Amino acid sequence: MTVAVIRFGGSNCDRDAVRALAEIGVDAEIVWHEDGLPADTTGVVIPGGFSYGDYLRAGAMAARSPIMDDVRAAAEDGTPVLGICNGAQIGCESSLTPGAFTTNASARFQCEHVHCRVENADTPWTAAYDEGEVVELPIAHGEGRYEVDDDRLDELEADDRILFRYCDEEGNVTPEANPNGSKHSVAGVTGESAHVAVMMPHPERITLPDVGPTDGQGVLRAFADAVEA
Amino acid sequence: MTAYTATVTVRLKRGVLDPEAETTRHSLERLGFEVDELRMADRFEIDLDAESAAAARDEADDMAERLLANPTIHDYTVDVDER
Repeated sequence: MTVAVIRFGGSNCDRDAVRALAEIGVDAEIVWHEDGLPADTTGVVIPGGFSYGDYLRAGAMAARSPIMDDVRAAAEDGTPVLGICNGAQIGCESSLTPGAFTTNASARFQCEHVHCRVENADTPWTAAYDEGEVVELPIAHGEGRYEVDDDRLDELEADDRILFRYCDEEGNVTPEANPNGSKHSVAGVTGESAHVAVMMPHPERITLPDVGPTDGQGVLRAFADAVEA
Repeated sequence: MTAYTATVTVRLKRGVLDPEAETTRHSLERLGFEVDELRMADRFEIDLDAESAAAARDEADDMAERLLANPTIHDYTVDVDER
C-alpha cells in the first residue's frame, strides 16, 4: 500500500503530501518523474509547486512528460489520482480532468485560507464530508481561475463532477467569496471517473493537528479507503 | 526538403478574461494613452525543414494542438514562410 507522490523539477509540496498521508496512516513515497510509477502504486498524488518553472503555461510541460502515461494507465485501472494546485494544472493540461486553470482574475499570486462547499459528497475525495458542508482550505496560486466553455460546464454540473466551490463561511457561493474568478466558483473537479480529481486548494496543508485545523484530512482519506475497499 | 519558418500565434479565445492584458491596458492609460481594449498573444517562430509549405503547416499545427496552445482557452493561427 504505497501512494506515489510524483516529484517533478520544481515540485515543492511533495514532502508535505507524504507527511500528511502518514498522519492518516497512509504509506506514501516520493517518486522522481523520470523513474516512472512503481508497480505496487495504490494511489497517485500530483503535488503542488512550480514544475518546469511554469514555462509556457502552469503544468504544460509536466503534463507531457512520460510518467503521465503511467498515471493515465493507473487511472484507467481504477487507481485513485489526485492533483493538487500545480498538480491540478497538470491534471487539466494532460486531459485527465476537464477545463483549465489560468491566471487569477486579480492577476496576483494569492496565498490565503478560503472556504469551500462540498458539492458532491458521493466521491472518494468527499465521502468524509456531507454535501453542502463548508470546509476551510488554504490556497496558494497565481493561476487558479477555472476556465471551461459554458456548454462543457453545464455538462460537468449535470453529471455532478464539481467537488468543491469557493464560498463564504456560511456556504454562500458569491463573487466576493471567489478568490480567483473561477467560473461558477469551481475549486475542484473530477475526471471521467470520480476516482480521478483535481483541486486548487491544498488539503495536505490542513491535515496535521500540530499546525491547526484538519479540514483537509477527509480528501486524503480517499487513499486509505481505496486500499480498504 | 525546404527550410521554412512556421509562426504560431496563440491567443486567449474571445470572451476569456485576460487579467495580464487588462493590467497592461490600465498601465498604458496611467501613462496617458487612450486604449479601448488590449489583447496579448504568444508568438512562436519555429524553424523546420519540410517537403512543402503545406507539410510545414501541418507539422506546426500539430505542435500547436499538442503543446503550444491549450484548446480549452486558446485559439491559434499558423503562418509559414520559406527561409
